[in-house]
Amino acid sequence: MIGAEHFLIVSAILFAVGVTGALISRNLIMIFMSVEIMLNAANLAIITFARMHGDMGGHVIVFLTLTVAAAEAAVGLGLIMTLYSKRGSVDAAKFNIMKW
Amino acid sequence: MEALDLNIVVFYLAAGTAIGSAFLMVWQRNPVASALYMILSILSQAVLYVLLDAVFVGALLVIIYAGAIVTLFLFVIMMLNLRGEHFVEPSTGSKRYVKLLVSGLVGAELVYLIAQSSGPGMALAPLTGAMANFGDVKPVAELLYSKYLYGFEITSILLLVAIVGAVILARRESGE
Repeated sequence: MIGAEHFLIVSAILFAVGVTGALISRNLIMIFMSVEIMLNAANLAIITFARMHGDMGGHVIVFLTLTVAAAEAAVGLGLIMTLYSKRGSVDAAKFNIMKW
Repeated sequence: MEALDLNIVVFYLAAGTAIGSAFLMVWQRNPVASALYMILSILSQAVLYVLLDAVFVGALLVIIYAGAIVTLFLFVIMMLNLRGEHFVEPSTGSKRYVKLLVSGLVGAELVYLIAQSSGPGMALAPLTGAMANFGDVKPVAELLYSKYLYGFEITSILLLVAIVGAVILARRESGE
């Protein structure tokens, strides 16, 4: 029988994969996609808890999170486009004017 | 008993595909292939949502993520044309192994904590009676438009701000 812990472990592994991607890649778009994977892992955990407790409030939270993710993707990709037009690159290592 | 076994098979298939394609997404050097693996991962996660009786949210995940967000990513990747000279290599050398170690530790810690807390309380009881329509469109919508109405309305303001922000960013970019 599949319990909530199975789904939570899947969610934890997905989160770790997202962390790996965000850490090892230098491409801004790849980092952004890894962050989206982490967001999805958290959503899966929320859905699991909603099912565990029989409370549909978790579904509403995931609905709102999806909206936030869509808004975030639109603004984030706009920022990446602007950075690309300024520097001609999407290499995260090249955006270091805040480094001291 | 037969249906129960099928659920287990579907769970392991969907979980394996979700994790495997997320790994391939991170490992890919071509961003377009990464975005396509991300779609595969999200579709498998939608299967997991359906196994958790979240039918409505699972459908939304497919529509919003696979349909809208990844398409937006693909648009930007293709517009920037990241192949060739603008291609960015992932970090290499000893730094890479430190980063892999750190993320592996994060994953191992999370899995360990969940395995520690697993017990009879984590079993998913079958939904019967009043809970039979758990996760359908109607009960979720009723909750969304009554208890969580303020959050829902504030989200519309967020979307408005995001639209204005995206338009301003894109406009400055084309003006230069």
